[in-house]
Amino acid sequence: MVRAVNAAEIAPTTYGAEISANRLMVRTGKRMAVNGLDLSLGKGVHGLLGPNGAGKTTMMRALATVLRPAGGELMLLGQRIDSRTDMRQVRRDIGYLPQEFGFYPRFTVREFVEYMAWLKEMPARDVPGAVQRVVERVGLADRADDRMKTLSGGMLRRAGIAQAIVNDPQILLLDEPTVGLDPEQRLAFRALLRDVGRDTCVLVSTHLVEDVVAACTDVLLVDQGQMVFQGAPSDLEVWGAEGTGDSPAERGYSALLQRHRAQAGGAR
Amino acid sequence: MTPEHATQELLERYVEGDGRLAADVVWALEAHLETCRGCRDRIGVAVRGRAGGADALLAQVRLRLDDEPAPASGRWRAARWAPPTLAPWLVMTVTVLFIAVALDVLAGSHRPPHLLLLAPVTPLASVAAAWSQGRDPAFELTAATPRAGLELMLRRTLVVLAVVMPVLTVGGLVAGASPVRWLVPCLAFTASTLALGSVFGLTRAALGLGLVWTAAVVAPTLVTRELPVAFEPASTPVWAAAVVVGVAVLMTRRRALTELPSDQ
Repeated sequence: MVRAVNAAEIAPTTYGAEISANRLMVRTGKRMAVNGLDLSLGKGVHGLLGPNGAGKTTMMRALATVLRPAGGELMLLGQRIDSRTDMRQVRRDIGYLPQEFGFYPRFTVREFVEYMAWLKEMPARDVPGAVQRVVERVGLADRADDRMKTLSGGMLRRAGIAQAIVNDPQILLLDEPTVGLDPEQRLAFRALLRDVGRDTCVLVSTHLVEDVVAACTDVLLVDQGQMVFQGAPSDLEVWGAEGTGDSPAERGYSALLQRHRAQAGGAR
Repeated sequence: MTPEHATQELLERYVEGDGRLAADVVWALEAHLETCRGCRDRIGVAVRGRAGGADALLAQVRLRLDDEPAPASGRWRAARWAPPTLAPWLVMTVTVLFIAVALDVLAGSHRPPHLLLLAPVTPLASVAAAWSQGRDPAFELTAATPRAGLELMLRRTLVVLAVVMPVLTVGGLVAGASPVRWLVPCLAFTASTLALGSVFGLTRAALGLGLVWTAAVVAPTLVTRELPVAFEPASTPVWAAAVVVGVAVLMTRRRALTELPSDQ
């Protein structure tokens, strides 16, 4: 089915980066989980690395606009996100897969993705075709009419990815999408990421360094709510001489974290 | 013309798409296949015998041709009005109402009816369940979508009222609790729950208001057995004011409905 292209889609881009944050602060409970984060992300696949509790999930939620920043400035697709923003407009161009996503077990994969497409306010006539396309894209075409509760963990993740990309988002936020995928599915997922990342700003959080090296054009390393490092995966490997780990990238990861913590400790 | 048939090996290499077959051999084979039915049959067997062969390819092609995907079932269309997780709460509420009516019928002269005491707070549990992080597994997914917010919440609240109100009305006719007495208080509690819920979370708001109602009205009435002043016609303006205040607070807090509670 050929999709009609509307005027909004061919309008020139009027912003430099899909996601840009300036001294962003986000609170979870009493803790400032994101604490003065500067960020500028354009098209491509950006890998978000960091230890558990580094603020990755909180940052993802803030970028998905479900958590309101406590301070700083956040711009998505050239729109400032504050109390006056028309969230509906911005959210139509965002795809989001939370770390723990729930679903209605009696829904089939197709019903689940169709329901999400409706929540994303897609035009009703585009929904069946778009749903079929994304279900094929994540490799669930043969299970499309099976109930969600019959799927394995890896298949559920893929259904989650399908709902995230069903609206052809400009910003795609995936929180720990490779959890539960077996090695073969992980390879397919990386190929999908590279494919989507050609014309979309994709931010993937993970704690697996090898995912980032294999699929990402850009690495972000966060710790204690702050950016430690941003650069190409090969730059991460440059740091590998000092740290501990099984691969150059893992050594670079641990070396950068240690250096940041030493600096933070020294400043205190 | 003495027919010399293709060898099995040649056929199989042809089916495999072996690039090392000489062009003239391929040409000769194809010319032969056009005229020899026996060899065509054998090549058909060879093609079907291949794993992931023509059948799988054909199935894929058919999938593309049948561009009309399977029609959606009613399940997700119903979810546009209420998530499936709401159903058990509505069933529970209706069951409680039936029990209250049964008690009132059995008690006969007991006044005021249990149903009337319950009526204002009956929608609370379902309203809280309709938009709550703990009870809707898809809450975070839903909250991040454009449609999240006041509209979706009101849709779900409307479903709750559409189920509860008719049961209350019929039950009220049986038990002697006229809608005149409970309708406005019921709406006031619903609006207040939504308004307080946008500040403290719906579950907490529903629980708090339910407890206040139980302590202030239900418990004393069960002892005194007199019609509480809250149901007198003189109280109606107060309830109506509560509806207005609740709706006003909800409108000003509508942005909070599109977010996760910040305390988690």
